Amino acid sequence: MTAVKDYQGTYLAQFQAHEKDHAAGPGWLAEVRRAAIHRFAELGFPTTKDEEWKYTNVAPIAQVPFQPVAAASATATAESLAWSCFFELDCPRLVFVNGHYSPGISFLAGLPKGVTATRLAKAVSAGTPALEQHLARYADLQNSAFTALNTALMQDGGFIEIPRGAVVEKPIYLLYVSTGDGGPTISSPRTLILAGRECQATVIEGHIGFGEGTYFSNAVTEIVADENAVIEYSKLHQESRTASHVGTVRVEQARSSNVTTHSFSFGGALIREDLNAVLNGEGAEAQLNGLYLMTARQHIDHHTTLDHAQPHCASRELYKGVLDGQAAGVFNGRVIVRKDAQKTDSKQSNKNLLLSEEAVINTKPQLEIFADDVKCTHGATIGQVDQEAIFYLRSRGIGISEARKILTFAFANDIIDRVKFAPLRDRLRDALFQSLAKRSRKEPA
Amino acid sequence: MLTIKNLHASTNSKEILRGIDLEVGLGEVHAIMGPNGSGKSTLAQVLAGREVYEVTDGEVLYDGQNLLDLSPEDRARAGIFLAFQYPVEIPGVSNTYFLRSALNTIRKSQGLTEIDAMDFLALARKKLKVLDMDEALMNRSVNEGFSGGEKKRNEIFQMAILEPRLAIQDETDSGLDIDALKEVAHGVNSLRGPERSMIVVTHYQRLLNYIVPDFVHVLYNGRIVKSGKKELALELESKGYGWLEEEVAAGHTA
Repeated sequence: MTAVKDYQGTYLAQFQAHEKDHAAGPGWLAEVRRAAIHRFAELGFPTTKDEEWKYTNVAPIAQVPFQPVAAASATATAESLAWSCFFELDCPRLVFVNGHYSPGISFLAGLPKGVTATRLAKAVSAGTPALEQHLARYADLQNSAFTALNTALMQDGGFIEIPRGAVVEKPIYLLYVSTGDGGPTISSPRTLILAGRECQATVIEGHIGFGEGTYFSNAVTEIVADENAVIEYSKLHQESRTASHVGTVRVEQARSSNVTTHSFSFGGALIREDLNAVLNGEGAEAQLNGLYLMTARQHIDHHTTLDHAQPHCASRELYKGVLDGQAAGVFNGRVIVRKDAQKTDSKQSNKNLLLSEEAVINTKPQLEIFADDVKCTHGATIGQVDQEAIFYLRSRGIGISEARKILTFAFANDIIDRVKFAPLRDRLRDALFQSLAKRSRKEPA
Repeated sequence: MLTIKNLHASTNSKEILRGIDLEVGLGEVHAIMGPNGSGKSTLAQVLAGREVYEVTDGEVLYDGQNLLDLSPEDRARAGIFLAFQYPVEIPGVSNTYFLRSALNTIRKSQGLTEIDAMDFLALARKKLKVLDMDEALMNRSVNEGFSGGEKKRNEIFQMAILEPRLAIQDETDSGLDIDALKEVAHGVNSLRGPERSMIVVTHYQRLLNYIVPDFVHVLYNGRIVKSGKKELALELESKGYGWLEEEVAAGHTA
């Protein structure tokens, strides 16, 4: 199959160990997992010959035998996580360390009555009926080896269920931590968010990591927004500099639902983010925002799909990238307008700022339209910091490196401004400042 | 305070300034007039340090130091200010943040303490009042979506905050209706003083009805071909630039 040695077999063995331990869950779930591992065995890890993976080589994942971490050695304290500006966010949170729930640093006070925010493993063992109906029913494991692998191996993650009409004021924070200890390690975080009719909620999914050890985080999130639900979902990356992260977010939207997603990437060595939103009811709206700041030899690949399946839906997508050093970025944005999706209104844009000679971005916005009465635009830009603006700032006394910093900040802050929860905006600006400060130190005085 | 000697400058290997000589004393207001393409804007931008222009000969002394050795930011810190003909839009950077950063960088370079957000706001309000400008200007992104008149007023506002010693205005009047022109001129006049020199670059004499200069220079084909008092501007207005071109062609002016 593949010429290079990969460790697909490692995961097949891990799956068998799971089954032996009766960790596969109830019958319906065990069945889903078996189908998933079979599909993973068939698909194997993708290669750059695969169109969807043309610019992203997953060798750093495929050629390392990652092992799951035992629960006993998966610990972290609040002190050990204080370095991350995304640790304290002034909202209820569930923390998972190396794939295992960490009760000592989780707290759920302040959640409105009827709102569920719990561990997926607990919900599974409690026999929560909604799980059988929704878990692993949206994310496509037939065409994604990584989704198949996550589905086969997942042990825990966040399960959020918002009942009809509930308005949740504060965000619910799911924080996935990797310590990199005893590596190379794998975790398979799995998140399921069920938003009932007319509810309103904000969910933040953070992925942070530290240490020198290599780890691979293979995350899958499914978000199901029922009629009229209003959901804001943010995914944050502050993975360690040797980490690989493959993330898949699948959004399913019913009639008149409104889902806003934000993706913020500051860390990691290799990041691949797939975001697929299906607007599967009339009048649904989706806003997809993204910001990635990459430096050194970091690699980030965003593949998004906005699938307009029903009429009168609207989507807005804006992803912005700042790439420095020898960083490489990929943006592949597909907008599909199905035959019945008349009156679709879609705008998509990807804008990139390249701060060095060696930074690279491959951007490809795509439109596939099968309806005839639609309004769709898309575009991409790649550029440097505006020289006219630099001179303008300098002519007012602002030094050249500060001028660059101000303009880069403004470019990126445009996305941060779209986040509604003020404490998260502040933390994102902190992360942005830290990232820009690191860059400017490299410039000659 | 400013001495320009035999200044030559080119861009894309095309010579635009061909030997400018000009002396500006402290507190004086000099108008530079001339037809399109004569080099007026180039002169203004070269003085501010615009890197697209290459100085090929001559020198510029500012308070006795070689101005051409300084970076644009160091010129600003030394008290030079250029009001742009086409102010640049900077989305995402508020006027307040931009101006406070600029003011504090300049203050720091002069050994003064930085001014905090509250004090800056008070200062800005005071200046806006003197200039008769709307406070809403402060919270908007720098020049983004501003009308032509708002952009020019914003330049004057920046000048009022940064209090330069040498203010260069590059066609501050272009594209303004008479009301906006009067407002901008009022702003500029309120900033005139014995410690501040100004160079006012304009294509039209009209501006000089409102900003009355001490001296007028006519720039033609990269050289100053005629200098005089404010009356020269009136002469140009009634006769146009055509007669000058004939004189230059016949070699009558020096």
